[in-house]
Amino acid sequence: MALYSEKVMDHFLHPRNVGVIEDADGVGEVGNAKCGDIMKIFLKIDDGIVTDAKFSTFGCGSAIASSSMATEMIKGQPIEKVMELTNKAVVEALDGLPAYKLHCSVLAEEAVKAALKDYFDRNNIPYDPAQFPDAPSCASCEMH
Amino acid sequence: MIYADNAATTRLSPHALEVMTDLAQNAWGNPSSLYELGQRAQEVLADARSRMAKILGAEAKEVYFTSGGSESDNQAIRSCARLGAAKNKRHIVSTAFEHHAVLHTLKRLEKEGYEVTYLPVHENGVVTAQEVQAAIRPDTCLVTVMFANNEIGAIQPIKEIGAVCRAAKVPFHTDAVQAAGHVRIDVKEMNIDLLSLSAHKFHGPRGVGALYCRTGIPLYPLIEGGAQERNRRAGTENVAGICAMVTALEDMVKSLDKNAAYVSALRDKLIAGLETIPHSALNGDRERRLPGNVNFCFEGIEGESLLLLLDQAGICASSGSACTSGSLDPSHVLLAIGRPHEVAHGSLRLTLSEENTEADVDAILQEVPRIVAYLRGFSPIWQDLESGRSQHLL
Repeated sequence: MALYSEKVMDHFLHPRNVGVIEDADGVGEVGNAKCGDIMKIFLKIDDGIVTDAKFSTFGCGSAIASSSMATEMIKGQPIEKVMELTNKAVVEALDGLPAYKLHCSVLAEEAVKAALKDYFDRNNIPYDPAQFPDAPSCASCEMH
Repeated sequence: MIYADNAATTRLSPHALEVMTDLAQNAWGNPSSLYELGQRAQEVLADARSRMAKILGAEAKEVYFTSGGSESDNQAIRSCARLGAAKNKRHIVSTAFEHHAVLHTLKRLEKEGYEVTYLPVHENGVVTAQEVQAAIRPDTCLVTVMFANNEIGAIQPIKEIGAVCRAAKVPFHTDAVQAAGHVRIDVKEMNIDLLSLSAHKFHGPRGVGALYCRTGIPLYPLIEGGAQERNRRAGTENVAGICAMVTALEDMVKSLDKNAAYVSALRDKLIAGLETIPHSALNGDRERRLPGNVNFCFEGIEGESLLLLLDQAGICASSGSACTSGSLDPSHVLLAIGRPHEVAHGSLRLTLSEENTEADVDAILQEVPRIVAYLRGFSPIWQDLESGRSQHLL
């Protein structure tokens, strides 16, 4: 059996939405180079709708595939819907990830939310800070 | 397909396969049986032991056959630890970049009350005999230092380390799994007391290895249940596998100089080509290096994605990135030689054998720079490095 599903390999080999948005309305960067993955997501938001999303990722195959899938899932969606994105939904859309790669999907969710938070902050849009917990996924790396 | 992962395993040689199938059919008796069929297997086994001893510069009675490198390492270390405890000596000297078969055994012994000194490794991946000497204490019961490192190929000054141990009357074990068949080994000349090797690293079969243990050092059996291997390793002997291993090793040793010259020329061409990639660095010493080992770090990329793309191009390689190990930490070997975490994640190991060709090297040199540039193209780390927001480490 292959390490990754066909879906993961498809998104890894042909990543969607690769790149940067120079005049992005929100940018989120999560992860840590020491841990081996960093995800940066750029959002273009118009009238409460995510009209464009791009990513830059340093990481393994599943990190790249998770970034690609997450940007696909939020493009064209209203902010309220994007706020509901979960790592579980990303994993399901990818037809699963190996257990020790699940943190890649967590990073994708966190990167999207960090970009939204950045958008809210830039535009003084009030939000509940509890919706944006500090990224815990790299806590184990901080011990080095 | 280009196979460039010979440190992981090697292809079984046709000669070893021929010996294995022949003996499995024609000497399949149990060597412990007294009738002709069993005794024939016993003779074949005894012959294999003598031939293995000859290759290593040992006596036949100093050679024990095992299931492979890990078992040999475990048994060698546990035996010396037990011997030490009987004399109230519970200190072991090793290095920070041993194979896990050694490191995990040592970690277990630490839990059992032993103290281990893990010598730091120089940037070139070498420890010196002087450093070993300085670490030896009156209560040291074992020094274990690998012959050549499995990731970065750095060859250690084994003869000198052995001399230091011999002078201090401390048993010296070396994990020679990566070295056997690729560099010359002589246990007597090199002052080695115990040595581990594994057949599948030199075109022998999987599941077979050997442990050399100098006369006078009592081995402690890890596996109980029978008188095989002179009571040191129970279990009906894998006669066909053992003979195939000895055949493969003999063949390798016979053409060792020729192979080393050929493979190291390919290696050096590969190193020279990969060095043209900006912000890359060779890991491990350039001179004291296994003939087939190439190991690089590329800044700004992660090793697993590099491996997946190389696989798409038909190239089999390996990496010391955390993502390829299933752990959060990158290779302990790369960290031991001082590579920062973020750089160690972007490592690539290519290990060549005499079965590789110059065309293989040319193809690898076509693909690696292209893939590194592609991955850097959307790496936020690389973007920060290139824009000056962070400083290059390589």
